Amino acid sequence: MSDTNTGVPAPEGEAGLIDTDYEIGQDNIETQIGPFGLDIHNPVFAVSAGVIVLFVVAALIFPQQASDFFGWLRPALTSSFDWLFLLAGNVFVIFTVALIFTPYGSIRLGGKDATPDYTYMGWFAMLFAAGMGIGLMFFGVLEPVYHMAISQPLGTPSPFDANGVIIPENVEAARQMGLAATIYHWGLHPWAIYAVLALALALFSYNKGLPLSVRSAFYPILGERVWGWWGHVIDILAVFATLFGLTTSLGIGAQQANAGLEHVFGIPNNLTVQVILIIGITSIALVSVVRGLDGGVKVLSEINMAIAALLLLFVFFVGPTATIISDFGKGLVGYIVDLPALSNPFGREDTDYMHGWTSFYWAWWISWSPFVGMFIARVSRGRTVREFIICVLLIPSLVCVMWMAVFGGAAIDQVLSDPTASAVKANVIDSYSPELSLFAMLEGLPLSSITSFIGVVLVIVFFVTSSDSGSLVIDTITAGGKVDAPVPQRVFWASFEGIVAIVLLLGGGLTALQAMVISTGLPFTLVLLAMCWAIWKGLRSEPR
Amino acid sequence: MYKRIMVPVDLVHADKLAPALDTAANLAKLYKIPVTYVGVTASTPGPLGHNPGEYEEKLKHFSEDQGTSHGIETDCITVVSHDPAVDLDDKLIDTAHKTGSNLIVMATHIPNVADHFWPSNGGRLATHTDASVFLVRPS
Repeated sequence: MSDTNTGVPAPEGEAGLIDTDYEIGQDNIETQIGPFGLDIHNPVFAVSAGVIVLFVVAALIFPQQASDFFGWLRPALTSSFDWLFLLAGNVFVIFTVALIFTPYGSIRLGGKDATPDYTYMGWFAMLFAAGMGIGLMFFGVLEPVYHMAISQPLGTPSPFDANGVIIPENVEAARQMGLAATIYHWGLHPWAIYAVLALALALFSYNKGLPLSVRSAFYPILGERVWGWWGHVIDILAVFATLFGLTTSLGIGAQQANAGLEHVFGIPNNLTVQVILIIGITSIALVSVVRGLDGGVKVLSEINMAIAALLLLFVFFVGPTATIISDFGKGLVGYIVDLPALSNPFGREDTDYMHGWTSFYWAWWISWSPFVGMFIARVSRGRTVREFIICVLLIPSLVCVMWMAVFGGAAIDQVLSDPTASAVKANVIDSYSPELSLFAMLEGLPLSSITSFIGVVLVIVFFVTSSDSGSLVIDTITAGGKVDAPVPQRVFWASFEGIVAIVLLLGGGLTALQAMVISTGLPFTLVLLAMCWAIWKGLRSEPR
Repeated sequence: MYKRIMVPVDLVHADKLAPALDTAANLAKLYKIPVTYVGVTASTPGPLGHNPGEYEEKLKHFSEDQGTSHGIETDCITVVSHDPAVDLDDKLIDTAHKTGSNLIVMATHIPNVADHFWPSNGGRLATHTDASVFLVRPS
């Protein structure tokens, strides 16, 4: 070999490769459609795209039936299987935290001598932008205030009486619970869900040599059958959950962004503006996926994080800084103290909180896990298992605590210090306008027209960073785990996502399909539990 | 006139590379210069290997076979990319500079309508390096 070789971090060192005759791409069809080359998995690509079109058509032809069925299904799942979602969530947290302390924590993803593909900053920005992003914008203000005043987790009384008058003796406990109950939804549990799936995919791809596809994590259970229909179904389900998760979020998000634009700039709130928003977001996402992982997705994620950090610092310093610091500490302590009670599914009376919020969130995080987990896996090669879990589980959880303490703390302070003048109270407690909660809080601070504009920009960019990373994930799965499939394929998926969102927005059915996405959380809960076992088995066969 | 020839290769489609490989070998003999074969791969498992190390081994064998069969001096470079579908051109341009290759010989397709808004790899290399670029159509 020439000494000009600047190539690989080779050798990759010891790793416990799985001995299989399957060759990546062996089921792929390489063909030309017009001027465009295609390299797609047979049958995952065709079946996924076909089933998605069928579901959209069905939702449009039978909107009432779809709405009735999924309207029943969503609460039925979150109330009947609350115990499963909550217990499984606890298993994921315990399992991932335990891995930090086992000797398996020193196993490196990609082999003993592999080096990380990304710096901490780039890596963290990408996983955070894909994993949480938009939710923080909408729920950062809404949830702490809502849990403090209305949902009453663990029976904590509201600080307001029926006439909206403050009950001083309830304030302190309600304030702490509002933050603790929110942190519970955005802290360890969601990130543990993502970490399990991401770790399984990274381990079975980088260390065991299997394709970067959800099916690979099932090799210890299904063996060679994973390359047949069992595996096809798993991958198709993952594509399905990812695409519908993204499209329904894009559609509903466009409605929310439009409401924000109307509130801040007086732009009319109608379908035309929403369609323009979706086209705009999809166009930016298209540029991002065509520029690739490094030139597009990573750059946008870093810009996104920088703007979010600026907004966070602004609210922290311009808002009630001392109160926010106090809320951060109290919220964190409250979370730790109440964690066993909040995560216990049995004997609870606060079913509004547990079914309406916690079970729903768990089902939502789990249904999104194929997308976020696979994206995290793609950018996590070269990290040790311990480093991986600390950075995917603990650090994002801490950032979420900070975010909730700053945005939620500032909002709660506005609500309690002057309830009659508080726009947050008007939009969250007196009436329910979740899309306006962030802007209502910013209204209570100086320079609100500038910060609200930044808020709208952030909402849009967060959508773009979910859309572009989601398109890359779907493209990889439908190309049989190949990451070098022709670029027009990822353009197809990003455009398809935008088109489906527009069709659903115009024809109705967004909420029904969102409920259907959540229903995929149930089978995926079992899938993730099986993955814990597969990870354990996979780690045990790794050389240490 | 020429110092080194760089030949980008996609080993998955090695069977379609013969015209470009023969052209590069003939030019190497004519100018008595070495040929560097360049492969771009992802760090994820692919059809040619579980990891970039395995890919590199295959490229090395390929390079040695070309050297033996054509009687020319060869070497090879494996470049790892996070997103080879998009980064390919930039990685090749960078490698041409690093290796001091002033002639690039590569296989290319018959032009079609897509080239108007999606430039071919060869076209992009020709406009972004100071090396001479010899595009070889399929026979």
